[in-house]
Order: sequence, then C-alpha cells, then structure tokens
Amino acid sequence: MTKTPLQFRHNGRDVAVFVDGGVNLLVALRELIGDMTPKFGCGQGGCGACSVLIDGELHLSCLTLAETVNGRAVETLDGLKDGPNLHPLQRAFMEQFAAQCGYCTPGMLMAAKALLDRNPSPTRAEVIETISGNICRCTGYEPIINAVLAAASGGRARA
Amino acid sequence: MPVTVRTFASFSEAASALSSDRSARYLGGGTLVMRALNEGDVSISTVVRATDRALMRIDVASSRVTIGAGVTFAKILAERELTFLHAPARSIGGPAVRNMGTVGGNLFAPNPYGDFTVALLALDATVSVQGGLGARDMPIEEFLQSRERQSGALVLAVSCQRPAGADAFRYRKIARIKPKGGSVITLAAHLPVSGGRVSGARIALGSMAATQIRARAAERALEGRPLDDSAISAAAAAAAEGVSPADNALGSAWYRREIVGVHLRRLLSGLE
Repeated sequence: MTKTPLQFRHNGRDVAVFVDGGVNLLVALRELIGDMTPKFGCGQGGCGACSVLIDGELHLSCLTLAETVNGRAVETLDGLKDGPNLHPLQRAFMEQFAAQCGYCTPGMLMAAKALLDRNPSPTRAEVIETISGNICRCTGYEPIINAVLAAASGGRARA
Repeated sequence: MPVTVRTFASFSEAASALSSDRSARYLGGGTLVMRALNEGDVSISTVVRATDRALMRIDVASSRVTIGAGVTFAKILAERELTFLHAPARSIGGPAVRNMGTVGGNLFAPNPYGDFTVALLALDATVSVQGGLGARDMPIEEFLQSRERQSGALVLAVSCQRPAGADAFRYRKIARIKPKGGSVITLAAHLPVSGGRVSGARIALGSMAATQIRARAAERALEGRPLDDSAISAAAAAAAEGVSPADNALGSAWYRREIVGVHLRRLLSGLE
C-alpha cells in the first residue's frame, strides 16, 4: 500500500507527512505530527473531543480523511496560546473551573473559538448550541458555558 | 487496515470508479464512511472522492430548488432561500457535524440518523443518480426502497418543489438529548391546501422502519378535508399503520408505535 504525501498548515506552520490510505486527521496529528491536544473519544462523531478548525471551520478530526486537508489550514488547541500567555478562553476556563478531568477541554475550547471568531458576544443559547456536539462527563456544562460567556468580548455577553 | 483512496476532479469519473468496484464507498462529508473505517469495517477497501464543485451547488428557482449532494447542513442553514429546510438541517448533529455532513450522505444514513431525508421524502424530492448506466432522476421513495443496491451509484443532487407557504411544510424531531441526539422519531409533513382543504398531503416518518417511510394511512385521513381537529385525530389514529420500527437504545419498537400518533397530532396542530 503506497503512502500519500500530505502538506498543510498546522497552527501557522507548514508540515509535510506521508499518510496511509484511509488515515484520519486525528491520527495524523497525534501520531505523525506529535500534536497530542486533539483527543480520541469515540471515533464516531458523537463526543467532539477531537474537534479542530479547518480553514476556520469546526470539524471532527476523527471523521476527516487526513488527505482532504492538503493545502488547508488546521488549527488545534496547541496553537491557541501565545507563547507563555494563555488564550482568553483558556484563562476563562481556568478561572471558572470549567475543566475537571480535562479530556473534553480541547474540543470545548475549539468549538468555543469557532463561535467567538464569528460572533464575539454570543447569547447563552448560542453558547449552548455551539458546544452541543461536545460531551463532558464530569463538570456538567454550566461552568463551561459560563467560561465561554466570560471570555466573550470584554465580558459584554448578553444574558 | 489501509484502504485505497481515489480522488477525482469530475463526478463522472468518480461515478465510474464507484460503479466498477463493489468494495468502494463514496466519501462525502465523512460522518458515515470515516466512522465505518474507524470501526474497522473491512468491507470497504476503496474510498472514492470527487472534488467537483458541481456537487456543491445550490440552485434556487422560483418554485423548485436543487441542492448538490455535497452541500453541507451548515451551507443550507446559511442559505436564506432554503428557510423551509432550516429546521431539519438544524436538527442534525452539533456544529461540527453540520459543517461536515452532506445532503447526499444523509440519504444513506441508517437509523437513528437520516433526518434530512425525512424532510425530503415529505417534499417528494427527486434524487439525481449517476450509475454505471448513466445518469437518471428517480423519486426519493424509489431511491430509498432500493437504497441497499445504490451504494455503487453516485448521488449528484436532490431537488424538490418549494412549499407554498411556511405553514405548508412542518418538521419535528423527537430526540432524548436537546439540542442534539439521534432520533426517537422524526416527522415531516407537506400539507398543500386548496380551497381550504388538504390536497396531496405527504407525511414522512424516520426511525419507524428500516428506511424513512410515508405514513400513507395518515395522509389518506387528511385528504380532501380541512385541517381541523377531526381530520387531525383521524390522521393521528392512523399514524402507526404500516410502520415497522425497531428497538434501539433510544426507544423500543412498542414505544415508537405508542407515541407516533401523539407527535403527529402535535405536528399537524402546529404545537411546539
């Protein structure tokens, strides 16, 4: 079985790898590029732990054929922080106790980023809708929703 | 197990590749085929893709809309001319699934999925298919009845008449989790009214048989009558006729038969 060359932008940096046929983007990111921030949860599209942004749009990396991102820009949680400085969403998650075991957190943060990038002051209902594809099994969703609202531009989020 | 991925620039080349290989599956948004690969489905040895922009088109004419098979639910939700399809599109997945899942793929989605197809069935959609023998249009019912044999054919587009008004098309999905989750029952109804009476009603049900089906007895109960309490009661009483639901984690077959009439009554009464 021949491998397919794959080039894309990973958190602003060009990467090139060879992938086996049928390999999903999550495996390519974790095993070939070494970015462990997207998590494997269900492999079925039900949990959202593997969420990444592809050209700014929220996608499930476990259901994305790796070679379809050739030439595109993939953003993961690893690219969210700016050097030692946390992203406002990360800071809000920390301050609002929005993570317990932390397994869903990368997916929650990417889903929230996709929302805030196009809607800087979402309503609570919009935040709930945004994370509806992400399952959290420990905190309950309230602290996560509160954290996203707190991170929304200047705390001016509408009720 | 590695599979061979074949990517084509034109849909006709992809269709030939698909029809000539029994173990090939067409990859649309990935929410069905990648899931199967992740679960180790060894029946798939080849994945066929097409990057053809023709599959991504939405054509809106005054009375008829045509939606390319590769159009995602997010694209439908962004299209103001397709507001009548926003409720079914919004009822699918979370935002990531709606950014990926396609109208064409939904035609193949097994229970408890395939909600968009329930809407298309009520709207008497036409499915354009490119097979080994060329392209043809078929009524969605015929497509669904032969769905198991359609995996070698490439769906190019679906088209349907635009409903006469916002009230003429109704949709309701019953799920355990809001706002997202597999379907316990999905219902859609197209209710054209002529001279105050229902004429040509089509009611479609999801998760009530192996594929999406029409509730023909309920349709007959409405035909030629005003949409009043007595007609709605007659349709609700007939809702379970001809259904063959299955047990799954979301609900038993018994439960689905018990509640389908309740939800059809709510749908027809315009209740939330």
